Amino acid sequence: MAVTGIIFVLYLIAHMVGNLKAFAGAETFNNYSEFLRELGEPILPRLTVLTIIRVVLLVAIATHIWAAVSLWRQAKRARPIGYVTKKRVQQSYASRTMRWGGIILFLFIVWHILDLTLGAVNPAGRDSLPYGRLVEGFQNPVVVIWYAVALIVLGFHIRHGVWSATQSLGHSNKRRERALNVFATAFAVVLIGGYLLIPFSVLFGIID
Amino acid sequence: MQLTLRVWRQPSPAVKGKMANYHLTDVSPDMSFLEMLDVLNEQLILSGEDPVAFDHDCREGICGSCGLMINGIAHGPEQTTTCQLHMRSFSDGDTIDIEPWRSGGFPVVKDLVVDRSAFDRIISAGGFISAPTGTAPEAHATPVPKVDADAAFDAATCIGCGACVAACPNGSAMLFTAAKVTHLGLLPQGQPERDSRVVRMVAQQDAEDFGGCTNIGECSAVCPKGISMETISRLNHDLLGALRAGAVPTS
Amino acid sequence: MALELFLEGDPIADTKAPRDVPIGERWSERKFRGKLVNPANRRKLTIIVVGTGLAGGAAAATLAEAGYHVKSFWFQDSPRRAHSIAAQGGINAAKNYRNDGDSVHRLFYDTVKGGDFRSREDNVHRLAEISTQIIDQCVAQGVPFAREYGGLLDNRSFGGAQVSRTFYARGQTGQQLLIGAYQAFERQVAAGSIETHSRTEMLDLVVVDGKARGIVVRDLVTGEVTTHLADAVVLGTGGYSNVYYLSTNAKGSNTTAIWRAHKRGALFANPCYTQIHPTCIPVSGDYQSKLTLMSESLRNDGRVWVPKERGDSRPAHEIPEDERDYYLERKYPAFGNLVPRDIASRQAKNVCDEGYGVGPGGLGVYLDFTDAIQRLGRKAVEAKYGNLFDMYARITGEDPYESGMRIYPAVHYTMGGLWVDYDLQSTIPGLFVIGEANFSDHGANRLGASALMQGLSDGYFVLPNTITDYLSAGPFEKVPADHPAIVEAEAGVHAQVEKFLSINGTRTVASFHRELGKLVWDYCGMERTAESLRKALDRIPEIRKEFWTDVKVAGTATDFNQNLEHAARVADFIDLAELMCIDALHREESCGGHFRAESQTPEGEALRDDENFAYVAAWGWTPEGEPPILHKEALEYEYVHLAQRSYK
Ligand SMILES: Cc1cc2nc3c(=O)[nH]c(=O)nc-3n(C[C@H](O)[C@H](O)[C@H](O)COP(=O)(O)OP(=O)(O)OC[C@H]3O[C@@H](n4cnc5c(N)ncnc54)[C@H](O)[C@@H]3O)c2cc1C
Ligand code: HEM
Ligand code: HEM
Ligand code: SF4
Ligand code: F3S
Ligand code: FES
Repeated sequence: MAVTGIIFVLYLIAHMVGNLKAFAGAETFNNYSEFLRELGEPILPRLTVLTIIRVVLLVAIATHIWAAVSLWRQAKRARPIGYVTKKRVQQSYASRTMRWGGIILFLFIVWHILDLTLGAVNPAGRDSLPYGRLVEGFQNPVVVIWYAVALIVLGFHIRHGVWSATQSLGHSNKRRERALNVFATAFAVVLIGGYLLIPFSVLFGIID
Repeated sequence: MQLTLRVWRQPSPAVKGKMANYHLTDVSPDMSFLEMLDVLNEQLILSGEDPVAFDHDCREGICGSCGLMINGIAHGPEQTTTCQLHMRSFSDGDTIDIEPWRSGGFPVVKDLVVDRSAFDRIISAGGFISAPTGTAPEAHATPVPKVDADAAFDAATCIGCGACVAACPNGSAMLFTAAKVTHLGLLPQGQPERDSRVVRMVAQQDAEDFGGCTNIGECSAVCPKGISMETISRLNHDLLGALRAGAVPTS
Repeated sequence: MALELFLEGDPIADTKAPRDVPIGERWSERKFRGKLVNPANRRKLTIIVVGTGLAGGAAAATLAEAGYHVKSFWFQDSPRRAHSIAAQGGINAAKNYRNDGDSVHRLFYDTVKGGDFRSREDNVHRLAEISTQIIDQCVAQGVPFAREYGGLLDNRSFGGAQVSRTFYARGQTGQQLLIGAYQAFERQVAAGSIETHSRTEMLDLVVVDGKARGIVVRDLVTGEVTTHLADAVVLGTGGYSNVYYLSTNAKGSNTTAIWRAHKRGALFANPCYTQIHPTCIPVSGDYQSKLTLMSESLRNDGRVWVPKERGDSRPAHEIPEDERDYYLERKYPAFGNLVPRDIASRQAKNVCDEGYGVGPGGLGVYLDFTDAIQRLGRKAVEAKYGNLFDMYARITGEDPYESGMRIYPAVHYTMGGLWVDYDLQSTIPGLFVIGEANFSDHGANRLGASALMQGLSDGYFVLPNTITDYLSAGPFEKVPADHPAIVEAEAGVHAQVEKFLSINGTRTVASFHRELGKLVWDYCGMERTAESLRKALDRIPEIRKEFWTDVKVAGTATDFNQNLEHAARVADFIDLAELMCIDALHREESCGGHFRAESQTPEGEALRDDENFAYVAAWGWTPEGEPPILHKEALEYEYVHLAQRSYK
């Protein structure tokens, strides 16, 4: 779980940085997209590195979901009869929504790939360039809201995930506990902030 | 004080249980929660009804017998054991919901009493240092740094009450297991069995129908002894170390 | 002495301690003379151990390690919950780590003196010898004793000793020691050497051909009554302070196991020796179910007082200095607030009886920290006693920094128990008794931090060595399941259960227990007189009669029925209370925890009568209505000289 989570986190950092190139204009962004596909050339054939990234991500998501589902089932078995009354004492919204949040995220990713990578559900259509798809898509407030919702869900998922991963990998302790939690929150806010910039910039015409 | 109690009644494991309502008058704020239940039971007995079964023994917060879900919080609104909770934490006219610990690993015996022998089996799987009687070296032969001794002690204060399991949304026994792994793992005497201990205890925990830990932290927040989340991190650290060192998980 | 109360039988004596060698050699000599069981034969021998406290838990683990087949029984859900878990202060051992002149001999001496010269020298000496091994054993198991910065073990001092020999684990020493024993126990469970029976109560002893061969138990979850057989039976079932209803013991602590063994022929020694602890949180109402101990160490910095005016209901901090009576400082100028447990307790009772008590029902005195807080600062007081102050605040809802504490004495420990010889064997061959359940090591008064020592000494070291002498004659002949002794014992248990459920009277079990407890506390508590004891002896048979005709027990015999459990325990407490009063009445002297008002020094100290009472009173059971039979074991002091205690 933690390992796959960390892969996602790394990918998300890279992806955010990449996305921010949208501010540098259409050309840079499209070049960047192309660069991704050419990465490693000429030593490796075109698309190799990207494919490797895709495979790693696919394996990671499969493992992650498998782990999440088995934890979920184990938890169900561990509490066959629920409480009539149950209150929270310390658990955060983030920690409680890992599962449903994860599902939303999964759906989002599927949509997102159909949208921006394949263009299948994008108004700009399949044959457009990435930058075009991006701008076309985010001019629609509904799409922006859907992205925003998904990203906030992601923010929560990451916020608990980062803290949880340090625990799961045995690197937390009493002294670090507070700092880790603050860091996890800050990290999630910055990451999601970075992502949110683009759709909103498009919506408000900063990027066009 | 006047109170309305909604208590889980279940005559035996085989019978389906349900909440039953009782009204109590003249509850003194100085009563402990269990004394309040004693009063209820005296009334029930005299009126020919079956008294509410609940586990308790020391009534000092140390044996770990007592443990009730009170208004949805393990051991009730204060971070202490149920026996150390007093009625002054409630107000006149309150309705109080009382339920047993809920976990696949803790089947209900009757009413509010559950079977926590799964904890004993987790200890049995490796929560010890093998030191047969009579084989011990002189106590001062192995000094233990005070910080380690103190940290081991903090973990060793676990009373095995099961509130962590009851509170965990995953029904995980991680805090209990982690407390023991931490206690013994911090001491020099505990080193030889450190790897096998953690692997076997975690395997037993999984075999007992407890959930997995996703670091939610509810357990530590209700733990009457304040066992910290650090113990879970330590357990994971030891577990990864043991697996890297080649220990084979049994589940 | 009134004849109708008891009959005197033959004297008894311990025959196992090799008294022909000097005291320091007797234990190793006994081990040498005792017969052994070879490892191959141990597997064929079954030992029943009842109780999983320090004594029973340690014994079961050690016997299983040795290779015997052990069957363990206890009434809680987990063996880790035995009442030993609640011990706070610490455990003594003659390690002399402080280089302050401690030695085995000094620990031996202090314990005999502390017991007011009513214990057996041989046993106490052995206890002192073994004390050091206990610490080694527990450290090896991972018990996190308090340590100093150098990494070595820390010690504190405790009442009744001038050396620092008490090992401790914060205020949770009993818990940590018990968890150590429990882990050793669970290791043997995993190894298949201990067969466990949780939530199972022993209700009778099976004696076949004069030998203890098994126990009849009731499964507390299903109500099923069964018999378990073995080659020997060990009882480590703890003390009986709950005869007083309110005590510092756990709710489930009981006398049933030893009482039923007593009814099968085991002599019960010194039942009247009970210890009262001076600093407990007082009763706050009728509903009170138990008393909580506040560490005695508080008396180091607290000053005990009551208002000079009877019935003064002002809060403590509003009562001016000159209207307070610091009665301990007034009466005992030399020792002041630090007089021994029994004196502090008695004086608190006296001022309350005279009407000066404070708090609900006037049963409490103040323990005030104003001076200490002024002298040391609140921070320092907090550092020393913070956890106790918190506990007090939680229980009473009062702030002890502001208003001090209210304290009152409470029953805490019972020195009496089944009579055992040096091998810890009772008068029934094959029945061994260990820990607080036996009478052996503390005489008329137990020093702080020595019960844990005794429990572990018995369980880890003494019993596993002495029991071999008995077992070497085994395995004993198989007892058929339909043996008359079994049939009769099981029928007795069934009959009792059915009787309880059929009475259907008007009073609850708890109401009888409360009434009995109050009676014993008032008439056979901190201070006893012939008159008070006779009153109690008049009333107890009436209570017994009412109990057996008017008690109302809820539920059925075939399910988890805590009310039924309690009923059986109260029935035995009633019988025991009677024997306690008879014992207290016949012992016309004061010694240790047994204070007969008629026998005191001019200063109000316990006045022993060594000429007439330097013996162990071991009582034989007779059916109801017939007087019990007293067997005396004379106590001889070869190494410690009899002396009168003085704390002025
Ligand atoms: C509050 C408190 C503080 C104390 N502090 C100290 C201290 O600081 N130092 C010190 O030396 N001593 C202290 N003592 C005394 C000491 O704790 C006890 O004397 C000692 O722990 C008794 O141990 P045990 O093994 O004999 O019995 P217990 O620990 O009482 O164990 C009894 C066992 O027998 C079982 N049992 C009982 N009856 C039956 C039955 N009928 N059928 C089946 N099983 C049965 C129980 O389930 C339990 O497992 C303290 C006592 C109290 C109450
Ligand atoms: C069906 C989809 C998903 C589900 C059900 C799901 C569920 C979970 C759960 C239950 C955890 C907590 C595990 C723990 O603390 O040990 C978790 C952790 C995590 N998840 Fe997801 N998730 C999903 C998808 C995703 C996606 C798409 C991402 C990233 C884009 C992601 C990133 C993370 C991270 C970084 C962690 C932290 C790892 C850890 O705690 O060890 N998850 N997930
Ligand atoms: C507003 C935020 C986001 C923007 C603007 C954005 C933009 C893009 C774009 C333009 C592409 C296509 C790149 C290309 O085909 O060259 C893409 C691909 C992708 N994005 Fe995002 N993205 C965002 C958020 C996310 C999030 C939150 C996730 C994960 C949880 C994610 C996961 C992916 C994946 C997996 C791909 C496919 C990569 C591949 O080609 O294999 N994206 N994104
Ligand atoms: S970890 Fe805390 S909550 Fe869990 S069993 Fe131990 S003391 Fe109880
Ligand atoms: S609440 Fe449960 S998820 Fe883990 S951190 Fe505690 S066991
Ligand atoms: S009854 Fe022992 S902890 Fe509550």
